[in-house]
Amino acid sequence: MTMPIAPPKIEPPSADKRWRLVDNTMRKHGYRPDALIEALHTMQECFGYLDEPGLKFVARSLRLPLSKVFGVATFYHFFTLKPKGRHTCVVCMGTACYIKGAQNILDEIEKTYGVKPGETTRDDALSVLTARCIGSCGLAAAVVVDGNILGKVTPAQTLEHLEKVVKT
Amino acid sequence: MTPEELRELAEKRRAQLKQPRCRLNVCLAAGCQSCAGDSVFKAIKQQIEARKLDGVQVRGVGCLGLCAEGPLVLVEPSGLLYQRVKPEDAGELLDALEGAPLKRLECPTDVPFFRAQKKIVLENAGVIDPENLEDYLAAKGYEGLIRALTDMTPADVIAEVTTSGLRGRGGGGYPTGLKWSTVAKSKGAKKYVICNGDEGDPGAFMDRAVLESDPHRVIEGMIIAAYAVGAQHGYAYIRAEYPLAVKRMQNAIKQAQKAGLLGDGILGTSFSFNMEVRLGAGAFVCGEETALIASIEGKRGQPRPRPPFPAESGLWGYPTLINNVETFANIPPILRHGGAWYAAIGTEKSKGTKVFALAGRVKNTGLIEVPMGITLREIIFDIGGGIPDGKKFKAVQTGGPSGGCIPEQYLDMPVDYDSLARVGSIMGSGGMIVMDETSCMVDVAKFFMDFCKAESCGKCVPCRAGTDQMHGILTKICNGEATLDDLALLERLCDVVKNTSLCGLGQTAPNPVLSTLKYFRDEYLAHIVDKRCPAGVCKIKAPAEVHA
Ligand SMILES: Cc1cc2nc3c(=O)[nH]c(=O)nc-3n(C[C@H](O)[C@H](O)[C@H](O)COP(=O)(O)O)c2cc1C
Ligand code: SF4
Ligand code: SF4
Ligand code: FES
Ligand code: FES
Repeated sequence: MTMPIAPPKIEPPSADKRWRLVDNTMRKHGYRPDALIEALHTMQECFGYLDEPGLKFVARSLRLPLSKVFGVATFYHFFTLKPKGRHTCVVCMGTACYIKGAQNILDEIEKTYGVKPGETTRDDALSVLTARCIGSCGLAAAVVVDGNILGKVTPAQTLEHLEKVVKT
Repeated sequence: MTPEELRELAEKRRAQLKQPRCRLNVCLAAGCQSCAGDSVFKAIKQQIEARKLDGVQVRGVGCLGLCAEGPLVLVEPSGLLYQRVKPEDAGELLDALEGAPLKRLECPTDVPFFRAQKKIVLENAGVIDPENLEDYLAAKGYEGLIRALTDMTPADVIAEVTTSGLRGRGGGGYPTGLKWSTVAKSKGAKKYVICNGDEGDPGAFMDRAVLESDPHRVIEGMIIAAYAVGAQHGYAYIRAEYPLAVKRMQNAIKQAQKAGLLGDGILGTSFSFNMEVRLGAGAFVCGEETALIASIEGKRGQPRPRPPFPAESGLWGYPTLINNVETFANIPPILRHGGAWYAAIGTEKSKGTKVFALAGRVKNTGLIEVPMGITLREIIFDIGGGIPDGKKFKAVQTGGPSGGCIPEQYLDMPVDYDSLARVGSIMGSGGMIVMDETSCMVDVAKFFMDFCKAESCGKCVPCRAGTDQMHGILTKICNGEATLDDLALLERLCDVVKNTSLCGLGQTAPNPVLSTLKYFRDEYLAHIVDKRCPAGVCKIKAPAEVHA
C-alpha cells in the first residue's frame, strides 16, 4: 500500500499555546526555508526572546540545519537569545539622538542601575538596550520604555520615569 | 473593480468629505503618537459626541511635518494648525471652531517651514486617513495606475518614467527609468518587484513617514512598476522597528486586494500582481540590495558580488526590480501628470523633489520636502529656523554613515546629487543632521565608525577588521592618547577600506572620517597635539591623571 507522504508533524517544545502561532506563521509560508525570519519574529513576539528548544523546533519544521537557524538568529540585531527583564528601556543611539546627548542618558542609567546596554539588572527588573534610530528623530533624544516612546528627554527625566516604572 | 467603479467610489468619497462643516485632522503618525496624539484624537472624538456637534468631524491622518511640535492638529477648511495639543485642550479647540483661533496653541503656518516646501511625495501626508482606501481614491489615488493599465503599454510607462528623470531615492541616485528598462528586458520565468523599506540610516525617517502616512501610494507605485517590467509578485521589506508602518502597509495591501487592485486581473485587465510585507530584523547591511534579497530568502543578510545584478538574477535567481520607498512614492504623480511635468521641477541632473528628515541642532526638526536645487542655507536657516539657543552652526551631516559632514562655507551650495558628491558627502536617503559648536567632529566620526564596525556583515576583512581598527584609532584620538603616526595610519586605512571592500557599507564607511579630516583637521590636531577637545565633548584626562 502506498501512502502519500505527509510532512512529519513536528512537536512544539511544550504545550504552550503560543507555539501554535509560530507554527501558523511557518504554515502560511508552506514550511519553506524562507519562512525562517518570519517564524523567528513570531517567536520573539510571543515569548520575548528566542530559546534553544524553540530554535530547534523551527529548524526541524523548516528542515533547516540548526547551525543555519542559529546563524540567522544571531546575525540580526533585532533578535535576542536572552530573556529580557520585566521592563525594558531602549535608548536610541541613532545620529540625531546621539547629537542630542543620548550617550549621557546611557551613562546615567549605567550609573544608577549598574547595567550596560544589552544587560538586565540582577533582580530581573530592567533590561537596557540600544537601538539604531527608532525613526522619531524629530523628537530626539528618544527612549522607549516598555514600548512607549518618550521624546525629547534628558538623562534626569529618563531616570525619573524609569524609577516610576521599575517600582511597579 | 473596474476603473469606472473605482472612480465612482472616489467621487462618492469626495462628496462625503465635503459634507461636514469642518474637520479636525489629528496626526496619528508615530512621531505624534509617541507624544500622545492618539489620546488627543480620542478626547476630541468624545467631546464631539458629548456635545452632539453636527457637521464636525475628527480624522486620524499621517505626518504633518513639524513632528517636534506634536501632537499636531490641522483644522479644515480654515487651515489652522495647532501644536503641542493635549487631550485636555479638546474642549477649547472645539469652542474655537466658531470664533477666534485658539492663540495659545496656534502654530504659525505663514512661515518658511511650510511655505518653502514643495510637496509631491508628501502631498497626502497629513491630509488623508492612511487607513482608508477611499480617502486615497478621493485624492486621485490609483489614477496613475488606471492610466498605465488602460492607456499605456509597459514600454510607454517606462518611457514616461525615463522622461521624468527620476533618480533612485535610496542613496545611489541611479536613474529609475533605466533600471526599469533593464529589468523589463531581462528574461526569466518569473520576475519580482521589491520595495526597500529597511531605512537603516540612523537619523532618517522619510520612508517611515511615507509608509505610515500614505501606504497606498507606495503600493500603487509598485503595481505600476510590476506592469512596466512584467513582474507577478512583490515584497515590501520593512524594518521591524517600524511597527506602525508595517501595520498600515499590511492593512493597505488587504484593502487593495479586496478592491481588486492587487491579485488576478487587476482593474478588469489581464494583468496580475500580488504582494506581501516582509520584516527586516535590524541589520543595516540588509538595506544593500543583494543582502536584502538574501534576507527575504530567509538567510543571513550578507551582500554578494555584482554582477550579476538583481535586474538579471535577483530573488531566487529571477530578475528583480528593487527600488526605495520614496522612489515608488514618486511614480503615481509622474503617471498622473506626465514625466515632463516632473522633469520641470528641480535641477538639470536632479529632477523633482526630495524628502529630508531634518534633525539635530536645528529649531524646526521634522519632515520636509523641497525641490532639488534648494540651498543648504535655505533648508537649515529658513525652513529649519536656524540653530537654537544662540549657538553657532558648525556642520550638516548628510547621507548617514555613507555620507559626510559639510561645513559652513558650502551652505549656499544647491542640494543635488552631484553638488553634494563634489564636497565629499552624498544625498543618501535624506537624513540631514545639523550640528552646532557643541558637537565634536572627531567624536562624530567615531560615532559613525562605531556604527559601521558593528553593522559590518563580516564577510570581507578590510571592512570587518579595518573599521574596527579605525574605530580604535578614533577612540584613542578622542581620549587624547593618539600620536600623529596614528593619524597617518587612520588616513591610510581610509584608503584601504574604501577601495577593497565588497559592498557599499565598507566602501563608504571612511566617508565621515574623510570629510571631517578635510574640513575639521584642526579639531583632530587639537586632540592629538594639544590634548584638548575644543567642543568639550571628549573627556580627555589632564596630563597629571594620565601619569598618575
Ligand atoms: C550598506 C547599504 C545600506 C543601504 N540601505 C538602504 C536602505 O535602508 N534603504 C534603501 O532604499 N536603500 C538602501 N541602500 C541602497 C540599496 O542597495 C539600493 O541601491 C536601493 O534600494 C535602490 O533603490 P533606488 O534605485 O530606488 O534608490 C543601501 C545600500 C548599502 C550599500
Ligand atoms: S565566522 Fe567564519 S570561521 Fe567562524 S564559524 Fe562562521 S564561517 Fe566559520
Ligand atoms: S563591505 Fe562590509 S558589509 Fe559589505 S560585504 Fe564586505 S564585510 Fe559585509
Ligand atoms: S536617531 Fe534617535 S530616533 Fe532617529
Ligand atoms: S509625526 Fe506628527 S507631525 Fe510628524
